[in-house]
Amino acid sequence: MLDVRDLRKSYGRVAAVDGASFSVEPGQLVGLLGPNGAGKSTTVAMIAGLVTPDGGTVAIGGKPLSGDTDPQKRLIGLVPQDLALYEELPAAANLRLFGSLYGLTGRALEDAIGSALLLVGLAERAGDRVKTFSGGMKRRLNLAAGLLHDPQILLLDEPTVGVDPQSRNAIFENLEFLKARGKALLYTTHYMEEAERMADRIVVMDHGRVLADDTLAGLRERAGRDAGPGASLESLFLAMTGRSLRD
Amino acid sequence: MTALGALVRKDLQIFFTDRRAVVLTLAIPIAIASFFGSLFSGAGDQEQARVAVAMVDQDGSGLSKRLVEATAADKALAVTSRTLEDARAAVLAGRLSVAVVIPAGFGDTAVRAFIGQGRNADLELLTDPSKGAEVAMVRGLLTGHLMGAVTQEAFTGTSSQRLLDEAIKSLEAGTMPADQSALLRRVFESVQALTRSQQTTGAPARALTVPFDLRETQVSGLPLRQYNGYAHSFAGMGIQFALFAGIELAAGILLERERGLWKRLRSAPLSRTTLLLARAISGTVITSMTLLVSFAFAWAVFKAPIGNMAGFLAVAVASAIMAASFGLLVAAVGHTPAATRRAAMFVVLVMVMLGGAWVPSFLFPAWLQRLTWLVPVRWAVDGLDAMTWRGLPLADALVPVGLLLGFSALCGALALWRFRWEEA
Repeated sequence: MLDVRDLRKSYGRVAAVDGASFSVEPGQLVGLLGPNGAGKSTTVAMIAGLVTPDGGTVAIGGKPLSGDTDPQKRLIGLVPQDLALYEELPAAANLRLFGSLYGLTGRALEDAIGSALLLVGLAERAGDRVKTFSGGMKRRLNLAAGLLHDPQILLLDEPTVGVDPQSRNAIFENLEFLKARGKALLYTTHYMEEAERMADRIVVMDHGRVLADDTLAGLRERAGRDAGPGASLESLFLAMTGRSLRD
Repeated sequence: MTALGALVRKDLQIFFTDRRAVVLTLAIPIAIASFFGSLFSGAGDQEQARVAVAMVDQDGSGLSKRLVEATAADKALAVTSRTLEDARAAVLAGRLSVAVVIPAGFGDTAVRAFIGQGRNADLELLTDPSKGAEVAMVRGLLTGHLMGAVTQEAFTGTSSQRLLDEAIKSLEAGTMPADQSALLRRVFESVQALTRSQQTTGAPARALTVPFDLRETQVSGLPLRQYNGYAHSFAGMGIQFALFAGIELAAGILLERERGLWKRLRSAPLSRTTLLLARAISGTVITSMTLLVSFAFAWAVFKAPIGNMAGFLAVAVASAIMAASFGLLVAAVGHTPAATRRAAMFVVLVMVMLGGAWVPSFLFPAWLQRLTWLVPVRWAVDGLDAMTWRGLPLADALVPVGLLLGFSALCGALALWRFRWEEA
């Protein structure tokens, strides 16, 4: 569904992404892991069309993505790390705007808003302004805004940062539901336990390169080989990316 | 609804959500424009502010008394008689713009000089250096009153006979050719005879006088209407606050970027033009509304005239487009909302100053006046003036509207080019 090939992006002399390649299939959740500055966010930004790659391709269903207005972008839903919501407006008004950007109108738009709010458990707060929401509610609404137009690919950039366990669990359940509906999910996170719980495959990046791309079982086997029997995903991650602090 | 329409509606919803901000957005320009309008609205039915002048008469002659009376009767001046010390202290303290010191012997010296006998008389002005315009006005008025007073005194005054006798005697002792001396003597004797005759018959004293009266006709396209300073002040302040709204538009875009909203907008299948155009449209709508509400207030409360409604609407909307596109350009070159606000505020205040919204541009040096033609505020204010109190026809709105739209197109193109589109 989503195929990333030899993606490159540099800022001056610094290579933010240096030949990254991986794919995400329908019904699959791929965890994109890496320390700060590894190139995860830049990779997601290039897939979402926010940043123009210096080289390589992003293909959706086999067709390369090109340009701001490429209709293929309708197949992608972005859930940014920031709470990208208009706090002055009610939840429904936010979703009405974001749905309109993808060509949804009339009954279809209102139905999509209702379904999205129901999915994230905010149907009863549709008319309330976002600034009255808790952090967890905003995170769930942020997710709803990304899947409103029923995208086939969902890009989730650390969607659980700063939320309580209840809201995080609710988001996980939402993602399981979407996966079961055949959506392709790319999920960036710093939390190893999230990747272990949710991911069908894990891509580890550092210094703009893909260091590993395997199933959780495959990575555990590799961890056992490299770090001894019973080694965790986190110990493998640290073995691959080093223990030096990143800013 | 199209994506463009949805984006515009979102901006308007956000604007109208904060009712206190809406009220302030409308009320502040109205309050400030009303204040400036009251300062520059002309006399109208109210008494015009007079320039405070002191007359220090150390002469006490007929001429000096005539001069004091003439200045006291002038409606543009508020004249008081003071001692030299009082007058100097009042000018120093800023309570007086000018003190006119008439030294002893001024009357005789001035009349003698008038009939060609001796040096000019000295009249001293003590002036406040911060009130150059008022001093210039007093100087002009004083010259007129002085010429009238000297002429009257020379031909009909109490010292006239004596001074003419002196002049005739000095002709006899002078070096003037005999034929010219005889002619001048005849003139002086004729004046003496005329004065004596008028005194004998009790006829009103008539002689040479200032030979004209000034009649002012205010020229505007609106018949029988006085100049309404509120129309101009609402134009100036309206454009200033339109540009402030442009800055807020820019800050809003930068805030959206900070909050990650721009990522969501950019991830949708929308062109860059659509994203910027939506902000330009919503900014234009909000700014147009502000301008129209301000002028509606000026019309209803201060009777500020709208001479040509179609032209006024055209200039107002073009000004709003200019302000919105200026905001886009500010957003394109700005970084953080706070820093951008400060820098853009400075630029706007300079533009407004050069545009003549605060101080009339005719007070500027010539080179600066030429520079004002590069400032869109000047076209906007001139265009609004033309379509309001000047009452000019629609055709006179075309140049300002064209220039404002041209400036808008330039700002829009630069914004599209310089905008930071990459969202990593």
